[in-house]
Amino acid sequence: MKNLWFHLMPYKDLPDDFREAHPSVWVDIDAGLLDPARVHEHYNEFLDELEYAGEVGFDGICCNEHHQNGYGLMPSPNLIAASLTRRTRSPAICVMGNSLALYNPPTRVAEEFAMLDCMSGGRLIAGFPVGTPMDTVFAYGQNPSKLRERYLEAHDIVMKAWQEPETFSFDGRFNQLRYVNVWPRPIQQPHPPVWIPGGGSVETWQWCAEMDYVYCYLSYFGYKAGMATVQGFWNEMDRLGKDRNPYRVGFLQFVGVAETEREANELYRGPAEYFYGRCLHVNPKWASPPGYSSEASQRARVQSQVAQAAAGSRGIGGRPPVATQWEDIVDLGYVVAGDPDQVAERLREVCLEMNVGHLMLLCQFGNMSTELAQYNTRLYAERVLPQIRDLFDDRWEDRWWPRPMAEAERYTPARVA
Amino acid sequence: MPSERTIALRGRSMRVFEQAPSTPSSAPPAVFLAGIGGVPRWLPFLDHLSETRHVVVPSLPGFPGSEAFRHLDSVYDWIVDSVEMFEALDLPVMDLVGSSVGGALAAETAAIAGARIRRLVLVAPFGLFDEDDPNADIWAQIPAPDILAGLVCADPERWKAAWETPEGADAVEWQIAQTRSMEAAARFLFPFGATGVARRLHRIAQPTLLARGADDRVIPASYLSRFAAGIAGPVRETVIDDAGHLVELDQPEALAREIHAFLSDQEL
Repeated sequence: MKNLWFHLMPYKDLPDDFREAHPSVWVDIDAGLLDPARVHEHYNEFLDELEYAGEVGFDGICCNEHHQNGYGLMPSPNLIAASLTRRTRSPAICVMGNSLALYNPPTRVAEEFAMLDCMSGGRLIAGFPVGTPMDTVFAYGQNPSKLRERYLEAHDIVMKAWQEPETFSFDGRFNQLRYVNVWPRPIQQPHPPVWIPGGGSVETWQWCAEMDYVYCYLSYFGYKAGMATVQGFWNEMDRLGKDRNPYRVGFLQFVGVAETEREANELYRGPAEYFYGRCLHVNPKWASPPGYSSEASQRARVQSQVAQAAAGSRGIGGRPPVATQWEDIVDLGYVVAGDPDQVAERLREVCLEMNVGHLMLLCQFGNMSTELAQYNTRLYAERVLPQIRDLFDDRWEDRWWPRPMAEAERYTPARVA
Repeated sequence: MPSERTIALRGRSMRVFEQAPSTPSSAPPAVFLAGIGGVPRWLPFLDHLSETRHVVVPSLPGFPGSEAFRHLDSVYDWIVDSVEMFEALDLPVMDLVGSSVGGALAAETAAIAGARIRRLVLVAPFGLFDEDDPNADIWAQIPAPDILAGLVCADPERWKAAWETPEGADAVEWQIAQTRSMEAAARFLFPFGATGVARRLHRIAQPTLLARGADDRVIPASYLSRFAAGIAGPVRETVIDDAGHLVELDQPEALAREIHAFLSDQEL
């Protein structure tokens, strides 16, 4: 199986009273909280952490796109990925990803991803999220009723731009491009592997199956909350007659590894409570603009809310409130924490039960220091990863992994004197 | 009781409610284009309006009574649909009453294809935006039952009564219909509620009544003044007490009375 190291790039100085004194971490977060000099430090530390993860043996390193967001300092993940191409040799670079409807024209994504694939020698994984309502509808002003139609059309443009040998015209519903002919083209032919982060909608599962893309469930709430969604995905694959190749799926999990369980509790409590207490403080008014979810998804949600209401009380929107205390965070499975053997045992169970071949790990979260993030990363790479790396490989081929140039053919950046 | 029929339009089917006054009237019919949420069921306001006028209520795309709307991409598409809707109703002359979302469409139709419209009534119409005096963002609301009701009505119970699930109806589908109507409004008006009608107001030559609820939390009072300043025809303005954005729900009788007075005024 594959282990990927994922960075959200959170701002680490949100105040103690952030939850009480500020309306939201996203969209209208107070710009007065931000110190650009701290962000200079953050970016360099975060890049150090990503590069370190690549060095110590993770199969891939991941970045993602958020806008006007206090826990995601990456409005442009492609800038981060570009930096990573120069300072890493072997890990896959997973951009998870570019929210296609936000790029005008969408050929910009085809161009920049092709640049990244060329710069990295063919190590790119191309992620195409729709994007959250906060990012797309509110920060970037996209019409919620047209977002998915624009996304799908942008997808068609990018895929055709990578594969069509001749200059072509694209006369779409939302995009009119007379001359499409992107330079450069990706190293990976016919195109880099495509991964789709999604919520739990059946339509996305069906589309991934039809297009033969990886489906990624990137929840911050861990394996217990994610189990039903991933099992729903597999049930749909069964119904569609697709195989159960575990590499069809990516799954995000927070981890905290230490020498002992007690040490893990001591080390990771603070960063986890910072993340779940402050970083997920999103004003619910941004969460569900009408039209963002398809009617089929709304129907499924309303029906499940009715069932939950019958079974007991739930928070706004049918969700339980987010746990913000370490003991609950661990009990609910948001973070898998413990000594290396405990973490390995739990992740092995989770991956087997979920049938997940691409595990995306958050080893830095909240206001965790670089020193602690690298400790967590190293223990994972040296003592957890070897215990689970062999999963699935005897039976399944990862058809969705980058196919880079041969190591010997790849350029080695010159050192600066 | 109102009659109900369905008309096939290009791209959608449209429910039309109609009710004639108990005493026959030679006045032209009054067509009502509804606001946020549409007309989920026949409303007390429509009873009051039909005391003296033949009332015709076509459903707008994506609003209750006309599910399809995702074929409409631009404001231009919405206006053409509206023009075709009036062609299908085939009324030689009419008075047009538009509220909220329907107010924006009524203003646009009057500006572009107003030949059959005798008089125009705009109740808290969308269509404009002012950075210095923004309207409410109706699409950024906490998804809890009372929030939207409290935003659009002075008395939230009025909204809830209009949207109460009818006996025998599927409660889930009824809720989805409400969300669909909010999505349709977004498709037409996101993000600001503006259609560009500010550049076309000079084409509205009809006598126009501009009305708003005194407690409207969605459209600021200054917007009515901008409509009044831009419209070429004679304009009257009225503010209705104890009413929020959807005056037709909050004060059905008072609004109908104001509309009657305006439509029957011989001095305009």
